[in-house]
Amino acid sequence: MTSSFPWLSLLLVLPLAGAVVIYFVTEPAARWIALTATLADLFVALPLWWLFDPQASQMQFTEHVAWITAPPIYYSLGLDGISLPLVLMTAGIMPLCVLASWNAITTSIRGFMAVLLVMETAMVGVFVALDFVLFYVFWEAMLIPMYLLIGVWGGPNRLYAAIKFFLYTFVGSVLLLVAILVLYFYGGHTFDILALNQGTYPASLQMWLFLAFFAAFAVKVPMFPFHTWLPDAHVEAPTAGSVILASILLKMGTYGFLRFSLPMLPDASRILTPMMVALSIIAIIYGAYMALAQVDLKKLIAYSSVSHMGFVTLGLFVLNQQGIEGAVLQMVNHGITTGALFLCVGIIYERTHSRLIADNVGLAAPMPQYAALLVIFALSSLGLPGTNSFVGEFLVLVGTFLWSKVATAFASLGIILAAVYLLWMVQRVVFGVPSPHHLPKLKDLNHREFATLVPLVLLIFWIGLFPNPFVSRVHQSVTNTIASMSRAKVAPTAHPSAGGAAPLLVDSGAQPKTQGPSR
Amino acid sequence: MSLYGADLLALLPELIVAAAACLIIALDPVTPASRQDLLAWLSVGALALCLGITGGQINVLNDRVSAFSELVVVDAYARFWKILLYGVTGLTIFMSLPYLKAERIHLGEYYGFILLALSGMMVMVSGVDLLTIYLGTELMSLSLYVMTGLNRSKPRSLEAAAKYFVLGSFSSGILLYGISLLYGMAGSTRLVSIAGAIATRGTDEPLVLIATILIAVGFSFKLAAVPFHMWTPDVYQGAPTSVTAFMAVAAKAASFAAFMRVFVEGLGGLKSDWSVLFLIISVVTLVLGNVVAIVQTNIKRMLAYSSIAHAGYALIGFVAAGRGVGASGGMTGLASIMIYLTLYSFMTFGAFAVIGMLRKSGIEGEEIEDFTGLAKRQPLAAFLMLVFMGSLAGIPPTAGFIGKFYVFMAAVEAGLAWLAAIALIFAVVSAYYYMRVVMVMYMREPDPSSVAPPRLATSPALSFVLACAVAGVILFGLFPSPLVSFALQSVLTLK
Repeated sequence: MTSSFPWLSLLLVLPLAGAVVIYFVTEPAARWIALTATLADLFVALPLWWLFDPQASQMQFTEHVAWITAPPIYYSLGLDGISLPLVLMTAGIMPLCVLASWNAITTSIRGFMAVLLVMETAMVGVFVALDFVLFYVFWEAMLIPMYLLIGVWGGPNRLYAAIKFFLYTFVGSVLLLVAILVLYFYGGHTFDILALNQGTYPASLQMWLFLAFFAAFAVKVPMFPFHTWLPDAHVEAPTAGSVILASILLKMGTYGFLRFSLPMLPDASRILTPMMVALSIIAIIYGAYMALAQVDLKKLIAYSSVSHMGFVTLGLFVLNQQGIEGAVLQMVNHGITTGALFLCVGIIYERTHSRLIADNVGLAAPMPQYAALLVIFALSSLGLPGTNSFVGEFLVLVGTFLWSKVATAFASLGIILAAVYLLWMVQRVVFGVPSPHHLPKLKDLNHREFATLVPLVLLIFWIGLFPNPFVSRVHQSVTNTIASMSRAKVAPTAHPSAGGAAPLLVDSGAQPKTQGPSR
Repeated sequence: MSLYGADLLALLPELIVAAAACLIIALDPVTPASRQDLLAWLSVGALALCLGITGGQINVLNDRVSAFSELVVVDAYARFWKILLYGVTGLTIFMSLPYLKAERIHLGEYYGFILLALSGMMVMVSGVDLLTIYLGTELMSLSLYVMTGLNRSKPRSLEAAAKYFVLGSFSSGILLYGISLLYGMAGSTRLVSIAGAIATRGTDEPLVLIATILIAVGFSFKLAAVPFHMWTPDVYQGAPTSVTAFMAVAAKAASFAAFMRVFVEGLGGLKSDWSVLFLIISVVTLVLGNVVAIVQTNIKRMLAYSSIAHAGYALIGFVAAGRGVGASGGMTGLASIMIYLTLYSFMTFGAFAVIGMLRKSGIEGEEIEDFTGLAKRQPLAAFLMLVFMGSLAGIPPTAGFIGKFYVFMAAVEAGLAWLAAIALIFAVVSAYYYMRVVMVMYMREPDPSSVAPPRLATSPALSFVLACAVAGVILFGLFPSPLVSFALQSVLTLK
């Protein structure tokens, strides 16, 4: 809209081009190529922040090219206030991942960097795709690179973690494919996400579709009963893999809920809100509780992710402006903060070769810079006012409060527990009594590591103190989503065959299969 | 007219292939061993000639031309399959050049048999008379029986040939019995007459139903659909790898082509009956194929079960066609099978080509374990295998995804969303064993104690085959439109 320059295609092509170039270079050069490609991508993404028009209610920077003719599938891209922060975050995190892997990855560096770059294309693609099939292609294209990332460069139990990650996410996403196909025939023979958002669907069909979407997105988030792949994947993945997982991949689940489930299936979303809120609160408390018990730093942060992502899904499914805006902001916050924490774990692992809290005690004395940054990230993660997470969690809780006071009370427990496990961790790792035998070896952060972490610190305080630039860009798109939901509320009356509003749940159970339309 | 000039012209590609086959078999004894490759080049030349004729035939003859009083037709549907078969046969020949040398199979007839099998397949895809189709099936099968046993020094190869022969003849008998019953009912073996007889006499007649079931069983053997799949693993494992690839791709495609024509043109009146039958067969096939593939340790056996499972996926398109609902009246279902099998050809052929290259101290390495650490030693080959495995699992942006997409699209259009869901869940099961190959290649360290680790024997011909396969997998994954519209047009001539 604002510009005819194909910004988004450039964003997609740059990393891929980097991956191709890497094929022709030597191992050490691969790092520089990867860094160049990711930084170039970041510099293409950054102008979008200013070019983006916060007032506009439609998609911006759109591209629309026919890809497959029968059925009509388009190479259709666009950005709105929801995807903009996520795209920027992805572009921002990736150079840090390359930097974090600079010395940590010693075997087949070329392959590693190429995989990272392919991942970047796929991840950006997920956030900017406006055609459902294109979205699905990007969504699935991530599977094999991530599988390799965990399986080839991971820890000792990597094979198990890699295949577990792969199968969990694949099961969820194949059901998504069926749902996409069903929507095609109901939504007027189109895969256009915006057109499908406008459609109204019978309430019983919505329930089925919601469950299929849920299978894909809830696994990715991960929501409570489907989270078991996450700790395994995080622990075994290399640092960059953990950061990508936590910062970006998990957001795809919540992004999916926000982009598809809410606007396309508003009735089902409304009916299932109690379930979603309950699962979110269970995730918040259970994740925090599990984090308390961990002795492995990566596992601790992994479970804290489960807890924090619970806040995001909670904010989404209370279905009001504050909640959803908070959720979007919290997606970015979690990406920054948890990514930073994983980077910190990676840095200490390179020095002590252990992720156990017990092996990394009392770092304040030998590594003061590191300790200071770790404290900042921990405080951000627990939502201290002045840091980014406070703003997001606060908005989510306000939204929840409007929906149910009891739910808010339970969700707030998560913040308290977060303070407990994070401060306890900080107490031991930073201020504990050091074990004398390994401390002399520890060197403080070098310039590269410092450069990896400092941008994140700046972001934490920027969002924490001046959230308005973020919220204002998100605002219009969230308003659209909510408007789209309330407009589609008329669906049951428009389709009397669906059996009215009251017996919806019963209806959905009795409806064995979806029928193709006879148009 | 005593000499059927027009008829012979319509059958020209078949005649050329058959003549080339005879020529090769005749030339074989007089060709010195060092010149055996010339026979392969001769067959490639024949294929190229046929490709030109078949490609041009439709433009000249337009629509649908029947020859030999409605025994065979030349139409866009047959053309689609013939072009696919030429391509696969050509790749098989290129793959065989280095493979036969490495396996020390010095038999010039080999290429003759390939062409004979091909001419059988061509008759199958263009036949519109049950006996003609049967003839083509037998010509294909007999050639394949021989080719399976060509590795005479390996007991397993001979065992596979014997097994294949016994079970194959058995299934041919069943098919023939079904044909005879239909002949008894319609008084003709022409598909048109059978369709007419079914229309006038109704579909309730037990004779017709029994005949339909027998024919379905006969074809299920050829397609390797459960419960008639028993021969597949043994034969795929025992046969020389180039022959396995040929069987897994070309024989399956030709069988599907004939099968679709018989059931749509001849037995179309019984749609509602056979769509239920094949619904059950397809579910059982893809479930069993995928589940049993998990426990295989031999990669050729694993791919055998995987090919069974893929037949199950393709059959879903057929079930959707049988339902005949939606805007297209089921035609998209048939087209989806054509798309699926074309794309399946590329990825399966690529996978077998990699297997054919794998050498373990001079012998063919065909255990999954033999791929251990391949990514370290031959990264490009490992990457190609990764692409083929990902495509077989149906992960975008590879061709495998496009194939599945169209099949499931047809299923959902026919109101079978639940079937698509089941099939896709089992696609995840299949991903497990495909990814295990990737895991072994990329994530396992090679055994340091082994003296001669398995490696890939590369050669220009094999590189060409792999390049074609990987180009097909990736290009059709990214730009499927030409193939899709070709299939959608071609299927329209099927009535």
